[in-house]
Amino acid sequence: MVSDFGYILLFIITAVTFCAVALGGAFMLRPNRPNIEKLSTYESGEAPDGNASVRFNIRFYIIALLFVLFDVELVFLFPWATVFGNKILIEETDGVWGWFALSEMFIFIGILTLGLAYAWVKGYLDWARPVVKNSNYQSKIPASAYEKINQKY
Amino acid sequence: MEIISTLFIAKAVFIVAVFAVTLGVAAYSTYFERKVAAFMQDRVGPDRAGPFGILQPLADAVKMFMKEDFIPTNSNKWLFIAGPCLSMLTALMTSAVVPFGDKLEIGGGATIDLQGIDVNIGILWVFGIVSLGVYGILIGGWASNNKYSLIGAIRAASQNISYELAMGMSIIAILMLSGSLSTKTIVEAQQNGHWNILYQPLGFLIFLVCAFAECNRTPFDLPECETELIGGYHTEYSSMKLGFYLFAEYINMFISGAVMATLYFGGYDYLGNSWVAEHWGENVATLIGVGALIGKALFFVFVFMWVRWTLPRFRYDQLMNLGWTILIPLAMFNVVLTGFSIISGWLMIVSWVGVALLLVAIIVYDSVTYKKKKVAVN
Repeated sequence: MVSDFGYILLFIITAVTFCAVALGGAFMLRPNRPNIEKLSTYESGEAPDGNASVRFNIRFYIIALLFVLFDVELVFLFPWATVFGNKILIEETDGVWGWFALSEMFIFIGILTLGLAYAWVKGYLDWARPVVKNSNYQSKIPASAYEKINQKY
Repeated sequence: MEIISTLFIAKAVFIVAVFAVTLGVAAYSTYFERKVAAFMQDRVGPDRAGPFGILQPLADAVKMFMKEDFIPTNSNKWLFIAGPCLSMLTALMTSAVVPFGDKLEIGGGATIDLQGIDVNIGILWVFGIVSLGVYGILIGGWASNNKYSLIGAIRAASQNISYELAMGMSIIAILMLSGSLSTKTIVEAQQNGHWNILYQPLGFLIFLVCAFAECNRTPFDLPECETELIGGYHTEYSSMKLGFYLFAEYINMFISGAVMATLYFGGYDYLGNSWVAEHWGENVATLIGVGALIGKALFFVFVFMWVRWTLPRFRYDQLMNLGWTILIPLAMFNVVLTGFSIISGWLMIVSWVGVALLLVAIIVYDSVTYKKKKVAVN
């Protein structure tokens, strides 16, 4: 008997076959006439300038770090969620189990929230906002019409 | 032995059928995307290839196969090829655990589950494969050796991991209700109209928003936002490899629609299920169920397109704020609310009252802070 994960292998094999056939078929059919212009890096028609490994915002790293933290905590929540509503456990403990599990999770989520709040207060979740320049343009719509929207966002 | 080999062949046929349906739906989504866009913008849309242009996906496929494909000199050749393949693979693998239907009786008294695999880690499999999807984009974007591709890839990765957290937490609320990770069990618990959407209105909303972000669809399509980044992570791609990236996006849309139907809308459940089973036989009822699931998934695909032509694109800081400071706290609230509703026993009442209370709190908070700001300005 093929186990369930054997069928997963079947899935993977089918998917890989599809990718190979599609790419291989395209490789057979398409023309191949490369030249220097075609093979150069595309930068809106200009000659490529400098190194492609540009510097990017440091916040991307911080987001990645925060993600690892929260994802690990999430993995701990999965087994808890599956036993939380377990009827046998609730019956055997006269309903105490539910409250016990819930209060346990309160502590856990509380710590999680504390971590999020810390990152939030520290300003790690704030991204640079575009600064809007004033212009002399006189619109027929009064500026006060936009006031609520501008204050909100 | 006889039954086992029949089962194996039936399963193999089913897997090929799942791939065929997924790819077919994805191909025709590209056509319907353009038709829906045309309808919403009061245009005609594609109408040249065949009647009403229904052969358009075929024409597109031929074009994908016949176009010249070049790999930039500065790129990392093997990773450049691996990127789109990985994207495509992960998109195709997710459908393995979606239960497309109930048991189907085949000859010789054997029955086959209309599901790739019914493993006890079902929804965790979806979660894991979706996370792997980031690699396809990141590898492709990095290997292109192009500034725009790199920035697009980093944006995509950052956005996907941020929204994955809220998504995982909304799934946890579902797990608390069903007590199992298996997608089959989750669907069976929802039969006869006990759909999870009735108990999880907030969870569904969070999941829907996260699905948009995970599929890189408007309003969260910053990784490929053409006004800033040319084509985003697939700037340097052409021919079939570009096709893989675009195709993977449409497959993801369909599969996330199917997953949403599974988690929140009863999967293959439909009205009059038992009546059909009684009068026309189990197999007919099962097949109608398969149709119901695909119909629900297609409805969500339409919602994806509808939103694309309704909402403008977010700014990056708005995107990150929504993910980290709104969706994650909301998802945490949802987990706690679900916990209370299960313990109290009044599932539906508590969850809806909780949502109503939350809405009231938000409105009150908003009006209070708005007045404060106004005073501060004056």
